[in-house]
Amino acid sequence: MTDVMHNFELFQPATLADAQAILGDHSDAWVLAGGMDSLDWFKHRVKQPAVVVDIGNIPDLHGIREEEDGGLWIGATTTLTEVNESEAVKSRFPILAEAALKVASPQIRNRGTIGGNVAQDTRCVYYRDGFPCYRAGGNTCYANTPTAMNREHALFEVSRCVAVSPSDTATALAALEGVFVVQRGGSQQEVAAEDFFIGPDVDITRMTMLEPGDILVGIRIPAKWAGSRQYFEKVADRNAWDFALVNVAMAASVEDGAISDISIVCGAVQCTPRRLSDVESLVRGEAPGEELESLVKRVAARGAEPLNFNHFKIPLMENLAVRAIRSLA
Amino acid sequence: MTKYGPYDPTLDYAPGPAPTRKGGGVETPSWKPLHMSRRNFLRGVVCSGVVIGGSAYLFSTTTPARSDTRAVERLVRLTVNGRTHSIEVPPNETLAHTIRYRLGLTGTKIGCNQGECGACTVLAGDTTIYSCSTLTHRVREVDITTVEGIAGPDGALHPVQQAFIDEIAPQCGFCTPGQVVTAVALLKKNPKPTIEEARLAMSGNLCRCGAYDHYLRGIMKAAERV
Repeated sequence: MTDVMHNFELFQPATLADAQAILGDHSDAWVLAGGMDSLDWFKHRVKQPAVVVDIGNIPDLHGIREEEDGGLWIGATTTLTEVNESEAVKSRFPILAEAALKVASPQIRNRGTIGGNVAQDTRCVYYRDGFPCYRAGGNTCYANTPTAMNREHALFEVSRCVAVSPSDTATALAALEGVFVVQRGGSQQEVAAEDFFIGPDVDITRMTMLEPGDILVGIRIPAKWAGSRQYFEKVADRNAWDFALVNVAMAASVEDGAISDISIVCGAVQCTPRRLSDVESLVRGEAPGEELESLVKRVAARGAEPLNFNHFKIPLMENLAVRAIRSLA
Repeated sequence: MTKYGPYDPTLDYAPGPAPTRKGGGVETPSWKPLHMSRRNFLRGVVCSGVVIGGSAYLFSTTTPARSDTRAVERLVRLTVNGRTHSIEVPPNETLAHTIRYRLGLTGTKIGCNQGECGACTVLAGDTTIYSCSTLTHRVREVDITTVEGIAGPDGALHPVQQAFIDEIAPQCGFCTPGQVVTAVALLKKNPKPTIEEARLAMSGNLCRCGAYDHYLRGIMKAAERV
């Protein structure tokens, strides 16, 4: 059930410097981009920040630019529809365009931003319903009990919290080795995907390295995988609206019938997009085929520790990895 | 010992023993301050409304994105269906709420109120958005079109609306305003959609009656007529 939102003070700065000044003045300020997730938090009265900073009017954070080296820069408040329809994205990084198209529904993609999509909080129902779990500052996990509904939860790297990364574009960006540009204080930092997304062992209350006061400015995608062989697939209970049960994104280059380089990432299986480094080292230098596929199937989900109701994710993840490799044949 | 009289609803309720009507000297306690009558109260409400509305008209300017670091003001100008309204909107109000309860355009429905059903779909410029999940302050500079603005000025139905009638698309009708707006936006962008394109474009609108095929047939029919 939703409620009327609490009263908050709304700021709509026009420049990044103004936004930072406001965030500096108010320690509990909430950064709002598309608002597709933020407003749900407010309506459910789980989060009630006194100050909301709408960064949608800042031109520096918006748009898609082609970089000189052949890569792309995508502003954080670029909507998912813009990412999905951009010819530059489609021609160089089709898996990002496809991942953006698989998010939620058309109206949400028209408003939702890529920055918000990668930085969104987890979808664990217990956490979102306001249970005082580890992630919310409590001392228990309601999703990891014998009777808990945890079919959507994690297989890997569980540390008290079993929540998973909900984002589709984060999986694609991790596979493309995207770099996240974060404004912190007076300087901009470039953070690699494996450092941008953090697990509960690093900080259990956050999904990304963004701290209060930080603003995600944009995402830089290096030219490395531009125009390579790419594959994205998302499996969810429903075609529209739903978050992934498992998604997979792959970028690879094939030379003389053998896989010379590959980057493959699975989402929704742990708190961060999971790079399948076992699969990568296995297939590098090999020719795609049935033999390789059977080996990939054996290593893709190695080390998984399923909860009571998410065993199905293991074969799902294995098969998605196999399908990604099969697309190279 | 106190004697309690019979309950008399014509007297105002006051805690304690009911006052006797006859018997001299006992004043009837009343909650009404200063002899406030219903008529005076309404008069006051109407007048203050006029003052607020009038001052909104006098003092409002279009409010561009702020170049300083002050919070937004409550007075906004909002263009809905080609008409510009000067209204007072708190920062935490959604567009759906503003459209329905401040502007009285109740064609836009609020279904789930959390971006999961599509009944509140409106056009912001040429793109469809969930008005329940958009702050009104976010769309000050955009032209909003609701389902009331879809038909022509003479009341002639849009081809999409006529096609939905012909195909008996609405069953209970609650999702129909959203479906109409989304279909109109689709045909504006892509006048000759394939059925798969139409299905993808309409995937953000739920219909609990399950009349999806009827809506899709309506869109294909409307595409022939546009």
